[in-house]
Amino acid sequence: MTVTEQPAQAPEVGRARLRKEDARLITGRTRWTDNIVLPGMQHLAMVRSPFAHARITGLDASAAKSAPGVVAVLTGADVKDVQGALPNAWPASDDQKTPAHPSIAVDEVAFAGEVVAVVIARSAAAARDAAELVDVDYEELPPALELKAAAADEVLAHPDLGTNVSAVWTFDSQEKGTGGSADEAIAAARADGVVIEREYRQQRLIPAFMEPRSVVCDPTGEQLTVWTSTQVPHFVRIFVAAVLGIPESKVRVIAPDVGGGFGGKLQFTPEEVITVLAARHTGKPCKYTETRSESLLSGHHGRDQWQRLTLAATRDGRVTGLKVELLADMGAYLGLVTSFIPMLGALMYNGIYKLPAYHFTCTNVLTNKTWTDAYRGAGRPEATFAIERLMDELAAELGMDALEVREKNWITHEEFPFHTVAGVTYDSGNYEAATARARELFDYEALRREQRERRDRKDPVQLGIGVSTFTEMCGLAPSRWMGEQRYAAGGWEHAEVRMLPTGKVEVVTGTSPHGQGHETAWSQIAADRLGVPFEDVEVLHGDTAIAPRGLDTYGSRSLAVGGQAVVMAADRVVEKAKPLAAHMLEAAVDDLEFTGGRFAVRGTDKGATIQEVVWAAFTSHDLPEGMVPTLDAEATYDPDNFSFPHGTHLCAVEVDTETGQVRMRRYVSVDDVGVVVNPLIVAGQMHGGLVQGIAQALWEEAVYDEQGTLVTGSFVDYTLPTAADTISFVNDNTVTPAVGTALGAKGVGEAGTIASTPAVVNAVVDALRPLGIHDVQMPCTPERVWNAIRSAGENQAEPTTQQAQEHFEPGAPNQDPTAGHAGTPEKGAGQ
Amino acid sequence: MTRISVRVDGVDYTDEVEPRTLLVHYLREQLGKTGTVVGCDTSNCGACTVHLDGRSVKSCNVLAVQADGHEVTTIEGLATGGELHPVPQAFHECHALQCGYCTPGMIMQAVDVLRENPDPSEEEIRLGLEGNLCRCTGYHNIVRAVRQAAGAREGAQA
Repeated sequence: MTVTEQPAQAPEVGRARLRKEDARLITGRTRWTDNIVLPGMQHLAMVRSPFAHARITGLDASAAKSAPGVVAVLTGADVKDVQGALPNAWPASDDQKTPAHPSIAVDEVAFAGEVVAVVIARSAAAARDAAELVDVDYEELPPALELKAAAADEVLAHPDLGTNVSAVWTFDSQEKGTGGSADEAIAAARADGVVIEREYRQQRLIPAFMEPRSVVCDPTGEQLTVWTSTQVPHFVRIFVAAVLGIPESKVRVIAPDVGGGFGGKLQFTPEEVITVLAARHTGKPCKYTETRSESLLSGHHGRDQWQRLTLAATRDGRVTGLKVELLADMGAYLGLVTSFIPMLGALMYNGIYKLPAYHFTCTNVLTNKTWTDAYRGAGRPEATFAIERLMDELAAELGMDALEVREKNWITHEEFPFHTVAGVTYDSGNYEAATARARELFDYEALRREQRERRDRKDPVQLGIGVSTFTEMCGLAPSRWMGEQRYAAGGWEHAEVRMLPTGKVEVVTGTSPHGQGHETAWSQIAADRLGVPFEDVEVLHGDTAIAPRGLDTYGSRSLAVGGQAVVMAADRVVEKAKPLAAHMLEAAVDDLEFTGGRFAVRGTDKGATIQEVVWAAFTSHDLPEGMVPTLDAEATYDPDNFSFPHGTHLCAVEVDTETGQVRMRRYVSVDDVGVVVNPLIVAGQMHGGLVQGIAQALWEEAVYDEQGTLVTGSFVDYTLPTAADTISFVNDNTVTPAVGTALGAKGVGEAGTIASTPAVVNAVVDALRPLGIHDVQMPCTPERVWNAIRSAGENQAEPTTQQAQEHFEPGAPNQDPTAGHAGTPEKGAGQ
Repeated sequence: MTRISVRVDGVDYTDEVEPRTLLVHYLREQLGKTGTVVGCDTSNCGACTVHLDGRSVKSCNVLAVQADGHEVTTIEGLATGGELHPVPQAFHECHALQCGYCTPGMIMQAVDVLRENPDPSEEEIRLGLEGNLCRCTGYHNIVRAVRQAAGAREGAQA
């Protein structure tokens, strides 16, 4: 270092910068899709099937067509030759059974909520009113609903396919040469070890982003413009073109401010197609905004699996093999990546452990329910739940501490990079460090002591401690890997850095944020690489006319892949600027060094700021021979590998054994997400992720009745957690940089959701284990916990307590004038 | 159609509305007050929360005609004299929003919680915000922001 150097500017990466995005969001200046109003705009209302499986035998739209303000009604029959078929981009096998998926049903409906007609009218209210007048005759068909029954082909969801089994996908470590035979390991453990066999239910969940989906299509320009509340504007553009036969160059897609996604807006939807069809039919801009009930009913759901698991171990607690047999409910159709979601977990069932043998089979099953697809974590929460629940069961079986049994099996930090039994290479990690820090923050020993005391005094409120030492894979994904897995696209990401004449910077990213704070984080990255002020960077995204290349936002990929593209593009700007700077400074390029936004001639006080060089490039009065007058640069980054964040989560719950109520007591997460660009944003991602995972453990489930009607079809019944249900968390990070990128960031978007579900269920089960309970099915509602307690161990023989008091005199008229019927009084719920 | 006169964010409006028009639709569609949003159809989510004569209401649960002769404040009318109100300021500083869709309603509810109880405990804040759903933040930073805003207000009054 020489004294002539500028004092180094504090790096932006790592700073808890407040978000740039907030200003418009906290003042109500946001541009949600539903806020868009265009001249002459028409409004749509969908007519949806109330039946899970039915043949359409008649459809009379005449009354709707003559209702006030109605411009047109389109039915399946009207659009069957132009609507194309909705795409499935990630088949699970070469001979996968894929039901044809029209946007508007033509002859048959395969789930309750499927669109059968659309009304186009001058106001949303007029459209909704007229939708009530569309008269559809259905001939009901038997629905395939329950997953196991559907897997057995008892009733066919799509009779023309001849089976409900869409595909079977297998991974076997012996076959792949990544490990031994799981069957042999299990046989050996049966003879002389421990075998843990469990069946777990991953209940169906609904992403439930706060902004209902909305689409606006303007057909009046040379390019058809579609605004849509999506995570994937680039995909939507390709599919609008491909499905409807419109040249891609004639389509522009814009994702304006998008109110959350969680995988739920990683889709190309019937409603998007229908809005485009309506706009082209009428020649007018058209808008469709779903109601919340429609959103819950027809936006794709997540999870919904049965997991049969067999874990083999030695008597001293060393895991020797794992066999995973899944049934995965696809629902009625295969959406964009529906069929491969379970397989995104296939590489993760071994978790952080050195498993020598592994077998995974997944059977994808079609049913007559809303189709499933990506939901935060997508396959990895299921995998993490399975292995982390099993490790607790193994610890209990062997009388070991839950952390001790994990430590005995996990990959130690010296062993990275580590080639796993599932055939992937974990880049880096330090499970010891994260666990040590979590133990300390949690005060593990003190809570274990309290647990013993409560057990000893038979306290009606028992304390449970749950552990989850998880890893996940982020950064979808190496394009070569995606091709090997039959995915229709790649996994690269693109960025462009535009140097404006006045020295300000535009960063164009192919990622498409919907709450993550890319505008802030990308500004920090670019500011560091270019040595410009954070405030001088503007991040542009989500419009295919502005950011033409990109693969969008999902799978915790934006920073790990898209952020790296920003680094590369910014570095190219600097490289492009160097010959001009050298020319301006009358020095050789090799004598220049670039720090803190300034090109300096080594060993002198001569230098030029990047802004000065940019201005010189703009004026172009005196450029070196052969130089083009711009410093703008682009970069596309295709990762070589996934990144593997990890962490240790510890959860304490109090379980009231008299009521079944579970109360969160303490939750500590220590995550290693690699280099942290913005600690504020990382903490926020953790908090929100944790609550979504905790919600799966305790509260949320999409429930269908025996007719195939979604009974949790509104926020009254689909119970999202509220502020009053949740607690404040203790979060910290350890930092083990990702290997292979300049940024060293691993991805954080899904970590909380992946880790927390097993931590919470482990805690609930831990509280109840002395009662002989080793599982409670999710969500662990008071009713389920109470029933588990009633039917477990020594309580089993205890007669049911006397009948609860009747709320009403039997046979007396309803005394609550606001209620329709007196509900059946609860009678000893344990019966 | 029914004629109503409402003062919204300090401006007087007189409009014809269908009697069935919800206040939130009147605000969004007739007045262009799109800062207030709709998040559900069962009055569970609170995204549409505004103030009616200074008290928080879910504007999807109030008919526009019920606002006749009353004063409505939306997120767009919270700022005074170009200064950010302390509650949105605290939301910004505590990273209490991500996608921001619930934020206008959450802020309007938080303002009302603090009006009723200028120094709420964490528990009181959580109960006070129970009718407003957020899917992004896990509420952790929202609770912090409301605490911070309470502190800021105390500081300003001291």
